[in-house]
Amino acid sequence: MKITHHPHPESLMSCSAGSMPEAFAAIMSSHMTMCPQCQADLAFMESIGVAMFDKIPSASLAQDAPVMALRAGEAADRDAEPAKARGGVPAPLIPVVGSDLSTIKWKRLTPGVSQHVIALANERRGDLRLIKVAPGQALPEHGHTGSELTLVLQGSYRDKTGHYRVGDVADMTGDASHQPIADPIEGCICLIATEGRLKFKSLMARMVQPFAGI
Amino acid sequence: MIPQLEIARPRSRSRITPGSISMADFLQRIAERGDVEAFRKLFQSYGPRVKSYMMRQGADANTAEELAQETMLTVWRKASLYSVEKGSATTWIYTIARNLRIDRLRKEMTWVALPEGHDQQASSDALPDDVLSEQERKKRVQAALAVLPPDQLEVVSLSYIEGLSHSEIAERLGLPLGTVKSRMRLAYQKIRELVEDLK
Repeated sequence: MKITHHPHPESLMSCSAGSMPEAFAAIMSSHMTMCPQCQADLAFMESIGVAMFDKIPSASLAQDAPVMALRAGEAADRDAEPAKARGGVPAPLIPVVGSDLSTIKWKRLTPGVSQHVIALANERRGDLRLIKVAPGQALPEHGHTGSELTLVLQGSYRDKTGHYRVGDVADMTGDASHQPIADPIEGCICLIATEGRLKFKSLMARMVQPFAGI
Repeated sequence: MIPQLEIARPRSRSRITPGSISMADFLQRIAERGDVEAFRKLFQSYGPRVKSYMMRQGADANTAEELAQETMLTVWRKASLYSVEKGSATTWIYTIARNLRIDRLRKEMTWVALPEGHDQQASSDALPDDVLSEQERKKRVQAALAVLPPDQLEVVSLSYIEGLSHSEIAERLGLPLGTVKSRMRLAYQKIRELVEDLK
């Protein structure tokens, strides 16, 4: 898998700081499973966090080390093996969407465009959804109010900024505007994290309008 | 599956410094034989810093205390997953604290699951020298942070220490989102340049 589009450094920083809205962290962790370069960059970003953490002045603790828990046997707590990517779903996503993209329950938005919203613990900070676009289908030109991260899971799409294939991430901010067109043969399934909820809704309204108005 | 890190990993000729390595040593002693005394040492060294970190991330003193206790308990329980080639004790404990913070203070899922992710990043034949160079790198990053322009340091600090997202930083500082992002990117470029320049 050749990945040509990566998240920007400031996104990797926010990710390593653990400061991203959950929807965005989901995209980043999925991209990481496919991108050794960003894994290495993330490790560098983490050293920034460690350097800052190391300089924090201490706060005094009210309690001493918990004694009751200190039994030798408890020091052996091995986590389960991480799930492997299957059926086009990156491992971190399997718990929330299942392991096979072909079994997703899609909700049709317009002819050629469907979505599957992924429920998050804290929706206040952003939305996460899968979008499926039929082969050759174009989305209307649209902008973004907040940040938006898109990860291609299947097929590909093009816009004025390039050709996005499986594993590629489009990292966009407010001022950016684009008109994605899905691959003419395979179409495209993407995972999209958005902050600008209203703007996304208006995109959907604009998509629905031409058809609903007929 | 994941190739060895290609980023700055400067080799240093200086010998292991006792202060920095002993913490990793304590961690290994917990891993190997459930050494309670080693845990106490780690607790005294890191517990107060973790508490302070949690308070800066918005926890009140009681919650911060609980989260610091829980972080250190996780260190105890997961010590068997730690090995020297995964990095310094500070890095490992920091990532545990950060993940716990996402889980408890944000009440969100910890998607980028570190430190477990370090399993894949660590090279299998890493030498203690690599831990030393990580110490060295930390010093260089700290030196780079010290010379960042104040407006860049501010956004980096709000991200790492106060746990704010780009949008939250923009709101806090009354800046456009794009300005926050470009300041962070400039800070990153500066830090990376300074750290790798010193190699």
